[in-house]
Amino acid sequence: MGAPISTAGEMQDLLPSLKHVISDIEAGEDDKAREGFDELTRIRESQLFSDMGAMTRQLHDALRSFELDANLADVTEIQIPDAKERLNYVITKTEEAAHRTLNAMDEAAPLVKGLGSTAEKMKPRWLRLKRKEMVAGEFRVLLGELLVYLDRVQADCGQVHNCLSQVVMAQDFQDLTGQVVRQVIQLVQEVEENLVNMIRVRGGAKAPAAINAPNVGLDAKGPRINPDDDADVVSGQDDVDDLLLSLGF
Amino acid sequence: MKILVVDDFSTMRRIIKNLLRNLGFNNTSEADDGSTALPMLQNGDFDFLVTDWNMPIMQGIDLLKAVRADERLAAMPVLLVTAEAKKTQIIEAAQAGVNGYIVKPFTAQTLKEKLEKIFERLEGTA
Repeated sequence: MGAPISTAGEMQDLLPSLKHVISDIEAGEDDKAREGFDELTRIRESQLFSDMGAMTRQLHDALRSFELDANLADVTEIQIPDAKERLNYVITKTEEAAHRTLNAMDEAAPLVKGLGSTAEKMKPRWLRLKRKEMVAGEFRVLLGELLVYLDRVQADCGQVHNCLSQVVMAQDFQDLTGQVVRQVIQLVQEVEENLVNMIRVRGGAKAPAAINAPNVGLDAKGPRINPDDDADVVSGQDDVDDLLLSLGF
Repeated sequence: MKILVVDDFSTMRRIIKNLLRNLGFNNTSEADDGSTALPMLQNGDFDFLVTDWNMPIMQGIDLLKAVRADERLAAMPVLLVTAEAKKTQIIEAAQAGVNGYIVKPFTAQTLKEKLEKIFERLEGTA
């Protein structure tokens, strides 16, 4: 860090002026000698000031980068592992929610299907009753079946309603994961700002552009958040179908 | 018809299996990436492959290429169901011999249409 305040070269630069002063004194030219001394002092003073300026700048930069380094240490040691954990939490939560919803559906679907098919089976006989084609004994059996069916509708509807409530409750992941994702976005922004600042402080005005360098290659990128931002990304299934059609599909 | 569903997310496998069951395909198996799917395909009697693209270890596109390169599996219809939405990727999949390409998020109707289209074309060439 600390550059030497004055160098051997600078002292050498003073030598001609110093020799002039000595020869002026030897020649008894006191006024010229005094002027020479003043000139030498001025040179030394201006060097001292510029050296002090440089030192102050170095100190400022050192303090600033130290502060940033301390921030970065915190980010790399604590916040990024924490962010990974948070994102894993998002995966776990959303997976749980999807399974809870699908479990509820798996439970409700056969009940609904069963009620529908029983009603379908009973209906022709009720139509026969309506057409007065039914004898009294058959009617009593049908009536008994209807009462059993009504009990079943009541019980199964309760269970289906319970399943629907579970589906609703499973959606609580949105709130929980949404908050966590927002925190991670904030951290990423902080890291980006820190890096940009650090690159600026350490010099190299070109460097921050690298942060926006486009990704190249065919690596899998996962879901697009903003497909409209990238001309190479299709906006939906219709685009995919059009593209495949143009390729002879 | 025996179908293998490959996706690293168990929820997506479940959703696809559920949709397939509603369409009358009850004989399905699951794998969580290409590297586990390929031996299942090679040792099993699958008729159809539904796979994601972005998975750890072996990606869907590499699984597709491996299937096409395997003499016994080469003719198997492959449907990609993926969030990968770059045109260059869709073109790469088409060139690798994919039979259908669905981008996530997708609907039950889209899956039904694509499956029907694939079967139609297979019957046409058979």
